[in-house]
Amino acid sequence: MNDSIHQLKRDKMAMIGMMIIAILTFIAIFAPYLALYDPLEVNMADRLQMPNEKHPLGTDQLGRDLLSRLVYATHVSITAAALATFMIMTLGVTIGAIAGYFGGIVDQAIMRIVDVLLSFPSLILTIAIAGILGPSLIHLVIAMTATGWVGYSRIIRGSVLSIKEKEFIEGARALGFGNLYIITRHIIPNVISPVIVIATIDMGHIILSITGLSFLGLGAQPPTPEWGTMLNEGRPFMETAPHLMIFPGLMIMITVLAFNFLGDGLRDALDPRMREVMMK
Amino acid sequence: MTVLSIRGLKVYFSTEDGIVKAVNGVDLDIGENETLGLIGETGCGKTVLGLSILRLLSENTVVEGEILYRGMDLLKLSEEEMRKIRGKEIAMIFQNALTSMNPVLTVGTQVSEPFELHHGLRRRDALMKAIEMLKLVRISSPSERVKEYPHEFSGGMRQRAMIAMGLACEPSLIIADEPTTGLDVTIQAQVVELMKELTMRSRTSMLLITHDLGVAAELCDNIAVMYPGEIVEYANTVEIFKNPKHPYTQGFLDSLPGRGLKPMEGMSPSLINLPEGCKFHPRCPFALERCKREHPRMVEIGNNHQVRCFLYD
Repeated sequence: MNDSIHQLKRDKMAMIGMMIIAILTFIAIFAPYLALYDPLEVNMADRLQMPNEKHPLGTDQLGRDLLSRLVYATHVSITAAALATFMIMTLGVTIGAIAGYFGGIVDQAIMRIVDVLLSFPSLILTIAIAGILGPSLIHLVIAMTATGWVGYSRIIRGSVLSIKEKEFIEGARALGFGNLYIITRHIIPNVISPVIVIATIDMGHIILSITGLSFLGLGAQPPTPEWGTMLNEGRPFMETAPHLMIFPGLMIMITVLAFNFLGDGLRDALDPRMREVMMK
Repeated sequence: MTVLSIRGLKVYFSTEDGIVKAVNGVDLDIGENETLGLIGETGCGKTVLGLSILRLLSENTVVEGEILYRGMDLLKLSEEEMRKIRGKEIAMIFQNALTSMNPVLTVGTQVSEPFELHHGLRRRDALMKAIEMLKLVRISSPSERVKEYPHEFSGGMRQRAMIAMGLACEPSLIIADEPTTGLDVTIQAQVVELMKELTMRSRTSMLLITHDLGVAAELCDNIAVMYPGEIVEYANTVEIFKNPKHPYTQGFLDSLPGRGLKPMEGMSPSLINLPEGCKFHPRCPFALERCKREHPRMVEIGNNHQVRCFLYD
Protein backbone atom coordinates (compact mmCIF):
# COMPACT_ATOMS: atom_id res chain seq x y z
CA MET A 1 0.00 0.00 0.00
CA ASN A 2 2.81 2.38 0.90
CA ASP A 3 4.54 1.43 -2.32
CA SER A 4 1.42 2.34 -4.23
CA ILE A 5 1.18 5.74 -2.59
CA HIS A 6 4.84 6.32 -3.25
CA GLN A 7 4.40 5.33 -6.87
CA LEU A 8 1.40 7.60 -7.22
CA LYS A 9 3.34 10.55 -5.78
CA ARG A 10 6.02 10.16 -8.43
CA ASP A 11 3.46 10.25 -11.22
CA LYS A 12 3.40 13.93 -12.28
CA MET A 13 0.26 13.72 -14.42
CA ALA A 14 -1.65 12.00 -11.63
CA MET A 15 -0.52 14.62 -9.15
CA ILE A 16 -1.60 17.44 -11.47
CA GLY A 17 -4.96 15.69 -11.84
CA MET A 18 -5.23 15.32 -8.10
CA MET A 19 -4.44 19.00 -7.54
CA ILE A 20 -7.05 20.11 -10.04
CA ILE A 21 -9.60 17.81 -8.41
CA ALA A 22 -8.68 19.19 -4.99
CA ILE A 23 -9.19 22.75 -6.24
CA LEU A 24 -12.49 21.84 -7.90
CA THR A 25 -13.67 20.12 -4.73
CA PHE A 26 -12.72 23.19 -2.73
CA ILE A 27 -14.67 25.41 -5.13
CA ALA A 28 -17.62 23.02 -5.04
CA ILE A 29 -17.77 23.01 -1.25
CA PHE A 30 -17.23 26.71 -0.68
CA ALA A 31 -19.15 27.98 -3.71
CA PRO A 32 -21.40 30.37 -1.71
CA TYR A 33 -18.35 32.10 -0.21
CA LEU A 34 -16.35 32.26 -3.41
CA ALA A 35 -18.98 33.65 -5.74
CA LEU A 36 -18.89 37.43 -6.15
CA TYR A 37 -22.52 37.73 -7.19
CA ASP A 38 -25.73 35.81 -6.73
CA PRO A 39 -25.68 33.41 -9.71
CA LEU A 40 -29.40 33.90 -10.25
CA GLU A 41 -29.43 37.69 -10.01
CA VAL A 42 -30.72 39.12 -13.29
CA ASN A 43 -29.37 42.47 -14.40
CA MET A 44 -30.62 43.26 -17.88
CA ALA A 45 -28.58 46.46 -18.07
CA ASP A 46 -25.30 44.48 -17.99
CA ARG A 47 -26.33 41.66 -20.35
CA LEU A 48 -23.87 39.86 -22.65
CA GLN A 49 -20.81 41.74 -21.46
CA MET A 50 -17.39 40.55 -22.43
CA PRO A 51 -14.95 39.89 -19.54
CA ASN A 52 -14.24 43.19 -17.74
CA GLU A 53 -13.17 44.49 -14.34
CA LYS A 54 -16.59 44.21 -12.78
CA HIS A 55 -17.35 40.77 -14.24
CA PRO A 56 -14.06 38.83 -14.69
CA LEU A 57 -15.65 36.36 -17.11
CA GLY A 58 -18.37 38.62 -18.43
CA THR A 59 -22.15 38.23 -18.13
CA ASP A 60 -24.76 36.10 -19.89
CA GLN A 61 -27.87 37.00 -21.83
CA LEU A 62 -29.71 37.93 -18.62
CA GLY A 63 -26.82 39.92 -17.20
CA ARG A 64 -25.90 37.23 -14.62
CA ASP A 65 -22.23 37.11 -13.61
CA LEU A 66 -20.64 34.20 -15.49
CA LEU A 67 -17.86 33.54 -12.97
CA SER A 68 -20.36 33.25 -10.11
CA ARG A 69 -22.49 30.94 -12.21
CA LEU A 70 -19.49 28.77 -13.04
CA VAL A 71 -18.53 28.54 -9.39
CA TYR A 72 -22.02 27.41 -8.46
CA ALA A 73 -22.11 25.09 -11.46
CA THR A 74 -18.95 23.42 -10.17
CA HIS A 75 -20.83 22.69 -6.98
CA VAL A 76 -23.82 21.26 -8.86
CA SER A 77 -21.90 19.22 -11.44
CA ILE A 78 -19.28 17.78 -9.11
CA THR A 79 -21.85 16.87 -6.48
CA ALA A 80 -24.09 15.18 -9.03
CA ALA A 81 -21.18 13.28 -10.58
CA ALA A 82 -19.84 12.20 -7.19
CA LEU A 83 -23.27 11.07 -6.10
CA ALA A 84 -23.82 9.15 -9.33
CA THR A 85 -20.41 7.47 -9.08
CA PHE A 86 -20.97 6.56 -5.46
CA MET A 87 -24.40 5.10 -6.16
CA ILE A 88 -23.21 3.18 -9.21
CA MET A 89 -20.27 1.80 -7.27
CA THR A 90 -22.30 0.81 -4.22
CA LEU A 91 -25.03 -0.85 -6.25
CA GLY A 92 -22.60 -2.56 -8.61
CA VAL A 93 -20.32 -3.86 -5.86
CA THR A 94 -23.22 -5.13 -3.75
CA ILE A 95 -24.94 -6.93 -6.60
CA GLY A 96 -21.69 -8.29 -8.04
CA ALA A 97 -20.52 -9.57 -4.65
CA ILE A 98 -23.84 -11.29 -4.01
CA ALA A 99 -23.76 -12.95 -7.44
CA GLY A 100 -20.17 -14.10 -7.09
CA TYR A 101 -20.36 -15.25 -3.50
CA PHE A 102 -23.60 -17.19 -3.56
CA GLY A 103 -23.28 -18.48 -7.12
CA GLY A 104 -25.83 -20.91 -8.51
CA ILE A 105 -29.29 -19.63 -9.38
CA VAL A 106 -28.74 -16.24 -7.74
CA ASP A 107 -25.69 -15.72 -9.90
CA GLN A 108 -27.43 -16.91 -13.05
CA ALA A 109 -30.41 -14.61 -12.48
CA ILE A 110 -28.29 -11.55 -11.78
CA MET A 111 -25.91 -12.14 -14.65
CA ARG A 112 -28.76 -12.55 -17.13
CA ILE A 113 -30.13 -9.15 -16.05
CA VAL A 114 -26.64 -7.75 -16.53
CA ASP A 115 -26.45 -9.29 -20.01
CA VAL A 116 -29.76 -7.73 -20.96
CA LEU A 117 -28.71 -4.31 -19.70
CA LEU A 118 -25.37 -4.55 -21.48
CA SER A 119 -27.06 -5.40 -24.76
CA PHE A 120 -28.81 -1.98 -24.83
CA PRO A 121 -26.88 1.14 -25.71
CA SER A 122 -26.69 2.56 -22.20
CA LEU A 123 -27.05 6.18 -23.33
CA ILE A 124 -30.41 5.48 -24.94
CA LEU A 125 -31.55 3.60 -21.86
CA THR A 126 -30.44 6.43 -19.58
CA ILE A 127 -32.30 8.96 -21.73
CA ALA A 128 -35.38 6.76 -21.67
CA ILE A 129 -35.37 6.35 -17.90
CA ALA A 130 -34.58 10.02 -17.27
CA GLY A 131 -37.35 10.93 -19.73
CA ILE A 132 -39.89 8.75 -17.95
CA LEU A 133 -38.93 10.11 -14.54
CA GLY A 134 -39.09 13.67 -15.81
CA PRO A 135 -36.24 16.12 -16.34
CA SER A 136 -34.34 16.98 -13.17
CA LEU A 137 -30.79 16.45 -12.03
CA ILE A 138 -31.63 13.90 -9.35
CA HIS A 139 -33.68 11.85 -11.81
CA LEU A 140 -30.76 11.92 -14.18
CA VAL A 141 -28.49 10.59 -11.43
CA ILE A 142 -30.99 7.81 -10.71
CA ALA A 143 -31.23 6.93 -14.40
CA MET A 144 -27.46 6.78 -14.70
CA THR A 145 -27.21 4.55 -11.64
CA ALA A 146 -29.84 2.21 -13.05
CA THR A 147 -27.79 1.64 -16.19
CA GLY A 148 -24.25 2.17 -14.89
CA TRP A 149 -23.91 -0.52 -12.23
CA VAL A 150 -23.69 -3.48 -14.61
CA GLY A 151 -20.04 -3.06 -15.55
CA TYR A 152 -19.00 -2.87 -11.92
CA SER A 153 -21.03 -5.96 -11.07
CA ARG A 154 -19.30 -7.95 -13.77
CA ILE A 155 -15.84 -7.01 -12.55
CA ILE A 156 -16.66 -7.59 -8.89
CA ARG A 157 -18.37 -10.90 -9.58
CA GLY A 158 -15.31 -12.20 -11.40
CA SER A 159 -12.93 -11.17 -8.62
CA VAL A 160 -15.21 -12.56 -5.93
CA LEU A 161 -15.40 -15.89 -7.75
CA SER A 162 -11.65 -16.28 -7.48
CA ILE A 163 -11.27 -14.81 -3.98
CA LYS A 164 -13.99 -16.93 -2.39
CA GLU A 165 -12.05 -20.11 -3.16
CA LYS A 166 -9.01 -18.85 -1.25
CA GLU A 167 -8.03 -20.60 1.93
CA PHE A 168 -8.44 -17.56 4.12
CA ILE A 169 -12.11 -17.48 3.28
CA GLU A 170 -12.40 -21.08 4.39
CA GLY A 171 -10.41 -20.04 7.44
CA ALA A 172 -12.87 -17.27 8.19
CA ARG A 173 -15.72 -19.74 7.90
CA ALA A 174 -13.87 -22.12 10.22
CA LEU A 175 -13.73 -19.34 12.79
CA GLY A 176 -17.51 -19.10 12.71
CA PHE A 177 -18.13 -15.95 10.68
CA GLY A 178 -21.37 -15.53 8.77
CA ASN A 179 -21.75 -14.82 5.07
CA LEU A 180 -22.43 -11.10 5.48
CA TYR A 181 -19.34 -10.59 7.62
CA ILE A 182 -17.17 -12.59 5.25
CA ILE A 183 -18.38 -10.62 2.23
CA THR A 184 -18.01 -7.19 3.78
CA ARG A 185 -14.91 -7.72 5.84
CA HIS A 186 -12.88 -10.31 3.96
CA ILE A 187 -13.94 -10.31 0.33
CA ILE A 188 -14.75 -6.71 -0.56
CA PRO A 189 -11.42 -5.28 0.69
CA ASN A 190 -9.72 -7.78 -1.60
CA VAL A 191 -11.63 -6.82 -4.73
CA ILE A 192 -12.27 -3.12 -4.25
CA SER A 193 -9.06 -1.59 -5.58
CA PRO A 194 -9.71 -2.14 -9.31
CA VAL A 195 -13.20 -0.72 -8.76
CA ILE A 196 -11.82 2.43 -7.20
CA VAL A 197 -9.59 2.94 -10.22
CA ILE A 198 -12.44 2.34 -12.64
CA ALA A 199 -14.65 4.67 -10.64
CA THR A 200 -12.04 7.42 -10.83
CA ILE A 201 -11.73 7.05 -14.59
CA ASP A 202 -15.49 6.76 -14.78
CA MET A 203 -15.94 10.07 -12.97
CA GLY A 204 -14.77 11.73 -16.19
CA HIS A 205 -17.33 9.85 -18.28
CA ILE A 206 -20.05 10.50 -15.76
CA ILE A 207 -19.37 14.24 -15.75
CA LEU A 208 -19.50 14.16 -19.54
CA SER A 209 -22.80 12.28 -19.49
CA ILE A 210 -24.37 14.55 -16.89
CA THR A 211 -23.32 17.71 -18.68
CA GLY A 212 -24.21 16.20 -22.04
CA LEU A 213 -27.68 15.17 -20.94
CA SER A 214 -28.16 18.48 -19.16
CA PHE A 215 -27.21 20.19 -22.41
CA LEU A 216 -30.02 18.22 -24.03
CA GLY A 217 -32.35 19.42 -21.29
CA LEU A 218 -32.68 16.15 -19.36
CA GLY A 219 -30.65 17.15 -16.31
CA ALA A 220 -30.42 20.36 -14.34
CA GLN A 221 -33.14 22.81 -15.33
CA PRO A 222 -32.65 26.53 -15.87
CA PRO A 223 -32.04 28.76 -14.01
CA THR A 224 -29.88 26.28 -12.02
CA PRO A 225 -26.28 26.86 -13.05
CA GLU A 226 -24.80 23.65 -14.41
CA TRP A 227 -22.06 23.33 -17.01
CA GLY A 228 -24.17 21.50 -19.57
CA THR A 229 -27.19 23.71 -19.02
CA MET A 230 -25.00 26.80 -19.31
CA LEU A 231 -23.60 25.55 -22.62
CA ASN A 232 -27.12 25.15 -23.89
CA GLU A 233 -28.17 28.59 -22.72
CA GLY A 234 -25.14 30.20 -24.38
CA ARG A 235 -25.68 28.41 -27.68
CA PRO A 236 -27.86 31.08 -29.38
CA PHE A 237 -25.19 33.70 -28.64
CA MET A 238 -22.25 31.66 -29.89
CA GLU A 239 -21.19 34.27 -32.41
CA THR A 240 -21.79 37.44 -30.44
CA ALA A 241 -20.76 36.23 -26.98
CA PRO A 242 -18.56 33.12 -27.38
CA HIS A 243 -17.37 33.31 -23.76
CA LEU A 244 -20.77 31.93 -22.69
CA MET A 245 -19.79 28.60 -24.23
CA ILE A 246 -16.01 28.74 -23.97
CA PHE A 247 -15.79 28.93 -20.17
CA PRO A 248 -18.25 26.17 -19.24
CA GLY A 249 -16.69 24.05 -21.98
CA LEU A 250 -13.23 24.62 -20.56
CA MET A 251 -14.42 23.66 -17.09
CA ILE A 252 -15.81 20.38 -18.39
CA MET A 253 -12.63 19.65 -20.30
CA ILE A 254 -10.33 20.42 -17.38
CA THR A 255 -12.39 18.35 -14.95
CA VAL A 256 -12.61 15.32 -17.21
CA LEU A 257 -8.90 15.49 -17.98
CA ALA A 258 -8.05 15.75 -14.28
CA PHE A 259 -10.06 12.65 -13.44
CA ASN A 260 -8.56 10.72 -16.34
CA PHE A 261 -5.01 11.65 -15.30
CA LEU A 262 -5.65 10.57 -11.73
CA GLY A 263 -7.40 7.39 -12.83
CA ASP A 264 -4.52 6.37 -15.08
CA GLY A 265 -2.04 7.10 -12.31
CA LEU A 266 -4.04 5.07 -9.81
CA ARG A 267 -4.26 2.15 -12.16
CA ASP A 268 -0.51 2.12 -12.66
CA ALA A 269 0.18 2.53 -8.97
CA LEU A 270 -2.14 -0.23 -7.81
CA ASP A 271 -1.06 -2.76 -10.41
CA PRO A 272 2.08 -4.36 -9.01
CA ARG A 273 3.28 -5.63 -12.39
CA MET A 274 3.03 -2.13 -13.77
CA ARG A 275 4.93 -0.85 -10.76
CA GLU A 276 7.89 -3.13 -11.39
CA VAL A 277 8.09 -1.95 -14.97
CA MET A 278 7.96 1.68 -13.87
CA MET A 279 10.66 1.15 -11.22
CA LYS A 280 13.05 -0.18 -13.83
CA MET B 1 -14.64 -38.53 28.47
CA THR B 2 -14.62 -38.28 24.72
CA VAL B 3 -14.72 -34.84 23.19
CA LEU B 4 -15.39 -35.95 19.67
CA SER B 5 -16.76 -39.23 18.51
CA ILE B 6 -17.16 -40.04 14.85
CA ARG B 7 -19.39 -42.96 13.88
CA GLY B 8 -19.71 -44.46 10.42
CA LEU B 9 -18.77 -41.24 8.66
CA LYS B 10 -19.11 -41.27 4.89
CA VAL B 11 -18.37 -38.31 2.66
CA TYR B 12 -19.19 -38.54 -1.03
CA PHE B 13 -18.85 -35.94 -3.75
CA SER B 14 -20.52 -36.36 -7.08
CA THR B 15 -18.39 -35.22 -9.98
CA GLU B 16 -18.62 -35.55 -13.73
CA ASP B 17 -16.29 -38.55 -13.60
CA GLY B 18 -18.35 -40.38 -11.01
CA ILE B 19 -18.83 -40.47 -7.27
CA VAL B 20 -15.75 -39.67 -5.23
CA LYS B 21 -15.82 -41.69 -2.03
CA ALA B 22 -13.46 -39.54 0.02
CA VAL B 23 -14.39 -40.92 3.42
CA ASN B 24 -15.85 -44.39 3.60
CA GLY B 25 -17.08 -45.40 7.01
CA VAL B 26 -14.72 -43.91 9.58
CA ASP B 27 -15.03 -44.40 13.34
CA LEU B 28 -12.83 -42.33 15.62
CA ASP B 29 -12.80 -41.10 19.19
CA ILE B 30 -10.82 -38.22 20.59
CA GLY B 31 -10.66 -37.96 24.36
CA GLU B 32 -10.20 -35.00 26.65
CA ASN B 33 -6.70 -33.57 26.28
CA GLU B 34 -5.80 -36.23 23.73
CA THR B 35 -3.88 -35.58 20.54
CA LEU B 36 -4.89 -37.98 17.83
CA GLY B 37 -2.80 -38.20 14.71
CA LEU B 38 -4.48 -38.96 11.43
CA ILE B 39 -1.82 -40.03 8.98
CA GLY B 40 -1.93 -41.18 5.41
CA GLU B 41 -0.82 -40.38 1.89
CA THR B 42 -1.93 -37.34 -0.03
CA GLY B 43 -5.44 -37.81 -1.37
CA CYS B 44 -6.61 -40.42 1.12
CA GLY B 45 -9.37 -38.21 2.51
CA LYS B 46 -7.66 -36.83 5.61
CA THR B 47 -8.40 -33.19 4.92
CA VAL B 48 -11.96 -33.94 3.83
CA LEU B 49 -12.50 -35.73 7.13
CA GLY B 50 -11.21 -32.68 8.99
CA LEU B 51 -13.39 -30.29 7.02
CA SER B 52 -16.47 -32.46 7.42
CA ILE B 53 -16.25 -32.15 11.21
CA LEU B 54 -16.73 -28.39 10.95
CA ARG B 55 -19.14 -28.83 8.05
CA LEU B 56 -17.04 -26.68 5.78
CA LEU B 57 -17.54 -28.81 2.68
CA SER B 58 -19.59 -27.45 -0.18
CA GLU B 59 -23.31 -27.94 0.02
CA ASN B 60 -23.61 -30.62 -2.65
CA THR B 61 -21.45 -33.01 -0.63
CA VAL B 62 -23.16 -36.05 0.84
CA VAL B 63 -22.17 -36.56 4.47
CA GLU B 64 -23.56 -39.56 6.33
CA GLY B 65 -23.03 -40.96 9.79
CA GLU B 66 -22.63 -39.20 13.10
CA ILE B 67 -20.15 -36.63 14.36
CA LEU B 68 -20.80 -36.29 18.06
CA TYR B 69 -19.19 -33.35 19.81
CA ARG B 70 -19.78 -33.77 23.55
CA GLY B 71 -22.83 -35.86 22.69
CA MET B 72 -24.24 -33.35 20.18
CA ASP B 73 -24.54 -34.47 16.57
CA LEU B 74 -22.89 -31.73 14.54
CA LEU B 75 -24.45 -32.99 11.33
CA LYS B 76 -27.92 -32.24 12.70
CA LEU B 77 -27.24 -28.67 13.83
CA SER B 78 -28.55 -25.68 11.90
CA GLU B 79 -26.07 -23.46 10.11
CA GLU B 80 -26.63 -20.82 12.78
CA GLU B 81 -25.81 -23.23 15.62
CA MET B 82 -22.84 -24.55 13.69
CA ARG B 83 -21.38 -21.06 13.42
CA LYS B 84 -21.28 -20.82 17.21
CA ILE B 85 -19.31 -24.08 17.34
CA ARG B 86 -16.78 -23.01 14.75
CA GLY B 87 -13.85 -21.15 16.21
CA LYS B 88 -15.27 -21.21 19.71
CA GLU B 89 -15.64 -24.93 20.45
CA ILE B 90 -13.77 -26.45 17.55
CA ALA B 91 -11.09 -24.50 15.74
CA MET B 92 -9.13 -25.35 12.67
CA ILE B 93 -5.55 -24.58 11.75
CA PHE B 94 -5.02 -24.76 8.04
CA GLN B 95 -2.46 -26.37 5.88
CA ASN B 96 -0.89 -23.43 4.22
CA ALA B 97 -0.05 -20.49 6.38
CA LEU B 98 0.96 -18.52 3.32
CA THR B 99 -2.53 -18.42 1.87
CA SER B 100 -4.62 -18.83 4.99
CA MET B 101 -4.45 -15.22 6.04
CA ASN B 102 -6.26 -12.41 4.31
CA PRO B 103 -3.60 -10.36 2.51
CA VAL B 104 -5.41 -7.04 2.85
CA LEU B 105 -6.13 -7.10 6.59
CA THR B 106 -3.53 -6.59 9.28
CA VAL B 107 -2.48 -9.55 11.38
CA GLY B 108 -3.88 -7.79 14.45
CA THR B 109 -7.29 -7.42 12.84
CA GLN B 110 -7.38 -11.07 11.89
CA VAL B 111 -6.25 -12.42 15.23
CA SER B 112 -8.68 -10.17 17.10
CA GLU B 113 -11.70 -11.02 14.95
CA PRO B 114 -12.60 -14.23 16.85
CA PHE B 115 -12.68 -12.29 20.12
CA GLU B 116 -15.07 -9.75 18.62
CA LEU B 117 -17.29 -12.48 17.24
CA HIS B 118 -17.41 -15.02 20.04
CA HIS B 119 -16.83 -12.91 23.14
CA GLY B 120 -18.48 -9.73 21.88
CA LEU B 121 -15.41 -7.67 22.74
CA ARG B 122 -15.00 -4.21 21.32
CA ARG B 123 -12.30 -3.71 18.74
CA ARG B 124 -9.75 -2.18 21.06
CA ASP B 125 -10.16 -4.82 23.76
CA ALA B 126 -10.05 -7.56 21.14
CA LEU B 127 -6.81 -6.13 19.82
CA MET B 128 -5.31 -6.25 23.32
CA LYS B 129 -6.30 -9.91 23.49
CA ALA B 130 -4.75 -10.48 20.09
CA ILE B 131 -1.48 -8.96 21.29
CA GLU B 132 -1.55 -11.33 24.26
CA MET B 133 -2.15 -14.29 21.95
CA LEU B 134 0.72 -13.28 19.69
CA LYS B 135 2.96 -13.00 22.71
CA LEU B 136 1.87 -16.50 23.70
CA VAL B 137 2.95 -17.87 20.33
CA ARG B 138 6.25 -16.03 20.78
CA ILE B 139 6.02 -13.33 18.19
CA SER B 140 8.45 -10.65 19.28
CA SER B 141 7.21 -7.11 19.94
CA PRO B 142 3.59 -8.12 19.25
CA SER B 143 2.16 -4.67 19.90
CA GLU B 144 4.14 -3.36 16.93
CA ARG B 145 3.58 -6.33 14.70
CA VAL B 146 -0.19 -6.40 14.98
CA LYS B 147 -0.17 -3.42 12.65
CA GLU B 148 1.63 -5.37 9.95
CA TYR B 149 0.15 -7.28 7.05
CA PRO B 150 0.62 -11.03 6.57
CA HIS B 151 3.19 -10.56 3.80
CA GLU B 152 5.45 -8.77 6.27
CA PHE B 153 5.55 -11.91 8.40
CA SER B 154 7.84 -14.87 7.72
CA GLY B 155 6.29 -18.27 7.03
CA GLY B 156 6.94 -19.51 10.55
CA MET B 157 5.51 -16.36 12.09
CA ARG B 158 2.44 -16.60 9.93
CA GLN B 159 1.89 -20.19 11.01
CA ARG B 160 2.28 -19.14 14.63
CA ALA B 161 -0.18 -16.31 14.07
CA MET B 162 -2.57 -18.90 12.60
CA ILE B 163 -2.14 -21.00 15.73
CA ALA B 164 -2.89 -17.91 17.79
CA MET B 165 -6.10 -17.41 15.79
CA GLY B 166 -7.06 -21.04 16.28
CA LEU B 167 -6.45 -20.95 20.01
CA ALA B 168 -7.97 -17.50 20.47
CA CYS B 169 -11.28 -18.60 21.93
CA GLU B 170 -9.87 -21.54 23.86
CA PRO B 171 -11.62 -24.24 21.86
CA SER B 172 -11.95 -27.74 23.32
CA LEU B 173 -10.80 -29.27 20.06
CA ILE B 174 -8.38 -28.14 17.43
CA ILE B 175 -8.25 -29.66 14.00
CA ALA B 176 -4.75 -29.03 12.70
CA ASP B 177 -4.48 -29.83 9.02
CA GLU B 178 -0.81 -30.34 8.24
CA PRO B 179 0.23 -27.33 10.28
CA THR B 180 3.89 -27.70 9.42
CA THR B 181 3.76 -28.12 5.65
CA GLY B 182 5.69 -25.50 3.77
CA LEU B 183 7.89 -24.58 6.70
CA ASP B 184 11.55 -25.46 6.81
CA VAL B 185 12.69 -28.12 9.24
CA THR B 186 13.97 -25.93 12.05
CA ILE B 187 10.82 -23.82 12.00
CA GLN B 188 8.74 -27.01 11.90
CA ALA B 189 10.37 -28.11 15.13
CA GLN B 190 9.57 -24.75 16.75
CA VAL B 191 5.95 -24.91 15.62
CA VAL B 192 5.59 -28.49 16.85
CA GLU B 193 7.12 -27.57 20.19
CA LEU B 194 4.78 -24.61 20.49
CA MET B 195 1.69 -26.63 19.68
CA LYS B 196 2.67 -29.29 22.16
CA GLU B 197 3.15 -26.73 24.89
CA LEU B 198 -0.04 -24.80 24.18
CA THR B 199 -2.31 -27.83 23.95
CA MET B 200 -0.85 -29.20 27.19
CA ARG B 201 -1.34 -25.88 28.92
CA SER B 202 -4.90 -25.24 27.83
CA ARG B 203 -5.83 -28.95 27.98
CA THR B 204 -7.09 -28.83 24.43
CA SER B 205 -7.73 -31.95 22.42
CA MET B 206 -6.32 -32.05 18.94
CA LEU B 207 -6.88 -33.91 15.73
CA LEU B 208 -3.59 -33.64 13.90
CA ILE B 209 -3.82 -34.39 10.22
CA THR B 210 -0.42 -35.00 8.70
CA HIS B 211 1.69 -37.12 6.42
CA ASP B 212 4.78 -36.22 8.39
CA LEU B 213 5.47 -39.14 10.70
CA GLY B 214 8.11 -37.20 12.62
CA VAL B 215 5.59 -34.54 13.58
CA ALA B 216 3.03 -37.21 14.45
CA ALA B 217 5.50 -39.08 16.66
CA GLU B 218 6.36 -35.88 18.45
CA LEU B 219 2.83 -34.64 19.12
CA CYS B 220 0.37 -37.50 19.19
CA ASP B 221 -0.90 -39.77 21.92
CA ASN B 222 -2.63 -42.09 19.48
CA ILE B 223 -2.38 -42.54 15.77
CA ALA B 224 -4.92 -43.60 13.19
CA VAL B 225 -3.60 -44.61 9.79
CA MET B 226 -5.90 -43.82 6.90
CA TYR B 227 -5.88 -45.54 3.54
CA PRO B 228 -8.34 -44.30 0.91
CA GLY B 229 -11.36 -43.35 2.92
CA GLU B 230 -10.96 -45.66 5.88
CA ILE B 231 -8.92 -46.25 9.01
CA VAL B 232 -6.70 -49.30 8.56
CA GLU B 233 -4.85 -49.23 11.85
CA TYR B 234 -5.22 -47.54 15.20
CA ALA B 235 -2.92 -47.71 18.21
CA ASN B 236 -1.00 -45.50 20.54
CA THR B 237 2.01 -43.76 19.09
CA VAL B 238 4.74 -45.87 20.67
CA GLU B 239 2.97 -49.10 19.73
CA ILE B 240 2.44 -48.12 16.13
CA PHE B 241 6.06 -47.17 15.54
CA LYS B 242 7.41 -50.22 17.37
CA ASN B 243 4.90 -52.78 16.28
CA PRO B 244 3.08 -51.84 13.05
CA LYS B 245 0.67 -54.58 12.02
CA HIS B 246 -1.06 -53.55 8.83
CA PRO B 247 1.05 -54.13 5.71
CA TYR B 248 0.30 -50.56 4.66
CA THR B 249 1.54 -49.11 7.94
CA GLN B 250 4.63 -51.30 7.67
CA GLY B 251 5.27 -50.12 4.16
CA PHE B 252 4.62 -46.51 5.15
CA LEU B 253 7.13 -46.72 8.00
CA ASP B 254 9.71 -48.54 5.88
CA SER B 255 9.64 -45.70 3.42
CA LEU B 256 11.05 -43.37 6.08
CA PRO B 257 14.68 -42.34 5.56
CA GLY B 258 15.62 -43.66 9.00
CA ARG B 259 14.18 -47.07 8.20
CA GLY B 260 15.69 -47.88 4.88
CA LEU B 261 13.89 -45.48 2.53
CA LYS B 262 12.12 -48.34 0.77
CA PRO B 263 9.46 -47.00 -1.56
CA MET B 264 6.08 -48.69 -1.51
CA GLU B 265 4.99 -50.39 -4.72
CA GLY B 266 2.13 -48.90 -6.70
CA MET B 267 -0.04 -45.85 -6.24
CA SER B 268 -2.87 -45.22 -3.86
CA PRO B 269 -6.13 -45.95 -5.70
CA SER B 270 -8.41 -43.34 -7.20
CA LEU B 271 -11.24 -42.44 -4.86
CA ILE B 272 -13.67 -42.86 -7.73
CA ASN B 273 -12.65 -46.40 -8.57
CA LEU B 274 -11.83 -48.14 -5.32
CA PRO B 275 -10.80 -51.80 -5.56
CA GLU B 276 -13.13 -54.56 -4.38
CA GLY B 277 -12.40 -56.26 -1.08
CA CYS B 278 -9.49 -54.91 0.90
CA LYS B 279 -8.57 -51.59 -0.66
CA PHE B 280 -4.90 -52.26 -0.16
CA HIS B 281 -4.75 -55.69 -1.82
CA PRO B 282 -3.35 -54.57 -5.21
CA ARG B 283 -0.26 -53.19 -3.44
CA CYS B 284 -0.08 -55.67 -0.59
CA PRO B 285 2.87 -58.11 -0.56
CA PHE B 286 0.84 -60.56 1.60
CA ALA B 287 -2.43 -60.39 -0.32
CA LEU B 288 -4.55 -63.55 -0.14
CA GLU B 289 -7.34 -64.69 -2.49
CA ARG B 290 -9.78 -63.67 0.20
CA CYS B 291 -8.50 -60.06 0.22
CA LYS B 292 -9.73 -59.57 -3.35
CA ARG B 293 -13.30 -60.49 -2.54
CA GLU B 294 -14.07 -59.61 1.05
CA HIS B 295 -13.72 -56.35 2.88
CA PRO B 296 -11.87 -56.84 6.19
CA ARG B 297 -13.27 -55.40 9.38
CA MET B 298 -11.41 -53.66 12.18
CA VAL B 299 -10.02 -56.30 14.59
CA GLU B 300 -8.84 -55.69 18.13
CA ILE B 301 -5.47 -57.38 18.61
CA GLY B 302 -4.95 -56.33 22.21
CA ASN B 303 -3.35 -53.36 23.91
CA ASN B 304 -5.94 -51.04 22.36
CA HIS B 305 -4.44 -51.81 18.98
CA GLN B 306 -6.84 -52.27 16.09
CA VAL B 307 -6.09 -53.29 12.55
CA ARG B 308 -8.14 -53.85 9.40
CA CYS B 309 -6.44 -56.89 7.85
CA PHE B 310 -7.23 -60.57 7.32
CA LEU B 311 -3.75 -61.55 8.49
CA TYR B 312 -4.93 -60.94 12.04
CA ASP B 313 -8.56 -61.95 11.74
